[in-house]
Amino acid sequence: MSVRILDCGDTALTVEFGDGVDRRLLAAVAALDQALAGLVARGELCGVVETVPTFRSLTVIYDPLRTTRGEIEPTIRAAIGPPAAASVAHGRRWQLPVCYGDQSAACGPDLDDLAAACGLTPAEVVGLHSKATYDVYMLGFLPGFPFMGDLPAVLSRPRRSEPRLRVPAGSVATAGTLTAIYPSASPGGWHLIGACPVPLFSATWPQAALLLPGDRVSFRAVEHAEYRALLGELAAARTSPRPPEWLLLDGAAER
Amino acid sequence: MSAVLEIVSPGAMASIQDLGRNGLRKVGVPRAGALAAGWLRLANALLGNEEDAPAIEFFAGGLLVRALEAPLRLALAGHFSAELRTADEYRRVDSWRSVTLAPGDTLRCTALADGRLGYLALAGIRVAQQLGSASTDARAALGGLDGRLLAPGARLTAAACSGDEMMLKASPAADASPIRVVLGPQDDYFDEASIARLLSEAYQVSSAADRMGVRLEGRPLRHRPEKGVEITSDATVPGSIQVPGQGQPIVLLADGQTAGGYPKIATVISADLPRLAVMAPGQTLHFAAVSVAAAELAARAHEAALRALIAGIGPLAEPGAIDLKAIYDANLVSGVVDAQVR
Repeated sequence: MSVRILDCGDTALTVEFGDGVDRRLLAAVAALDQALAGLVARGELCGVVETVPTFRSLTVIYDPLRTTRGEIEPTIRAAIGPPAAASVAHGRRWQLPVCYGDQSAACGPDLDDLAAACGLTPAEVVGLHSKATYDVYMLGFLPGFPFMGDLPAVLSRPRRSEPRLRVPAGSVATAGTLTAIYPSASPGGWHLIGACPVPLFSATWPQAALLLPGDRVSFRAVEHAEYRALLGELAAARTSPRPPEWLLLDGAAER
Repeated sequence: MSAVLEIVSPGAMASIQDLGRNGLRKVGVPRAGALAAGWLRLANALLGNEEDAPAIEFFAGGLLVRALEAPLRLALAGHFSAELRTADEYRRVDSWRSVTLAPGDTLRCTALADGRLGYLALAGIRVAQQLGSASTDARAALGGLDGRLLAPGARLTAAACSGDEMMLKASPAADASPIRVVLGPQDDYFDEASIARLLSEAYQVSSAADRMGVRLEGRPLRHRPEKGVEITSDATVPGSIQVPGQGQPIVLLADGQTAGGYPKIATVISADLPRLAVMAPGQTLHFAAVSVAAAELAARAHEAALRALIAGIGPLAEPGAIDLKAIYDANLVSGVVDAQVR
């Protein structure tokens, strides 16, 4: 594992542990994040605003009016330990309903194209996508957006070269070896294969995000009528004090 | 006694913003906050508000507001003027000053003379915070009024006002110099010709420009074929310049996504990002590369210049003492890009 420090302007630096989606890298990122949180708590990293862990890197955001790169970089470098034993704790297990590639283009307009690109039928894509169980690797891109993997290898395709200006909220999407659900409408470059009626983010929930790193997720294919009904049923969860925990497969691993 | 400001029309788009929310990027929540934080702070300073108080950020003019119940005081920041209608007069009010509205008075922000946004601050404004900030994040339905952009009929409560009208002694100077960037974090995904192109050619702000980011148009940048057009997603920051497969750069702004899978050729430095963020579609810019250390010095210089402007706030001068319009017009003549807080 070769660690690099990358420049991100005058407000951030990125400690990159490697490329790719790899549990070993995830564990190293988590270990550094924890170490830096300790240093910040002890006042040894003044001016650090927040950290952003990803699959393979930790970005440290700082206030250039309170510190400098020269002041914080040695402390951060010293906190990079030997790669921790890779153990990503498993969290809760969710099963989320998805309406795949319905004729109404709102549910998965790219399903047919993705199937063709993979040399499969749309039904085969749905079967493969919904039968797998995914790990939530990280959150980012949008509030509560879960990067989940790994996608069955045969479904792996690069992102669209021209991102869409507007992907609807709830879109179930794939890119590379990953799958995700868009919590809110946004521009985006992933392939849209379905729609999920479950809200993924609310400021009224204790942790704001429904899915957290370490959670595991599988999908249940539903018809359009059930999808519509679930949309109505789940609307209240957005303003409720608790997320829709009835979608948990088991109550284990309380967090 | 409290006063009420009614949004009669939000114009093209208007939202409540302050300096944004920190600490939530790891669950995907962007900072949000004013795209031109210096202008928001100036507008608040003109009213004696805390500099980080929320204010209205609006795009492309057309914002129309009305005072209700009690006199209230507003301050304007940005390159526009406003039309004040009272019971018995109609007059133009230039930006970079405060103005008091009696109940029933309306104020319309005219089309922006330069750039794409302006600020209207409100003395003693009261907006609840959500996750640590009053800033509206419309995609996440956070902050502002019910997490939404300002709609016709929306009402903001504020303190009733008193005291002198205030103005900036000098309005922010125009700056058409190149937008400075620090190369990286993924500049190694681009060949030397593309790096040279980024730093030498003109880029035009496209019509795809919002609070998330600004798509630029110019000669396409090319990814090294052996590196490809995607990365394993990593974190972005406001100012990150992403380059998707077609080669046209996207500069992320305050509402930009917290992580992304396109290589980031460079990062716009914090001192220059507001200058880029307020540019209107069709305007052009150049980039120039600087070191991290130079960017940090620029951040401090930018802050010092803003402090000096705020220190120069004083009572509104008698007509003729300072010709704000002349300063304003001079900016338009010299400001190829726009005028900006320096």
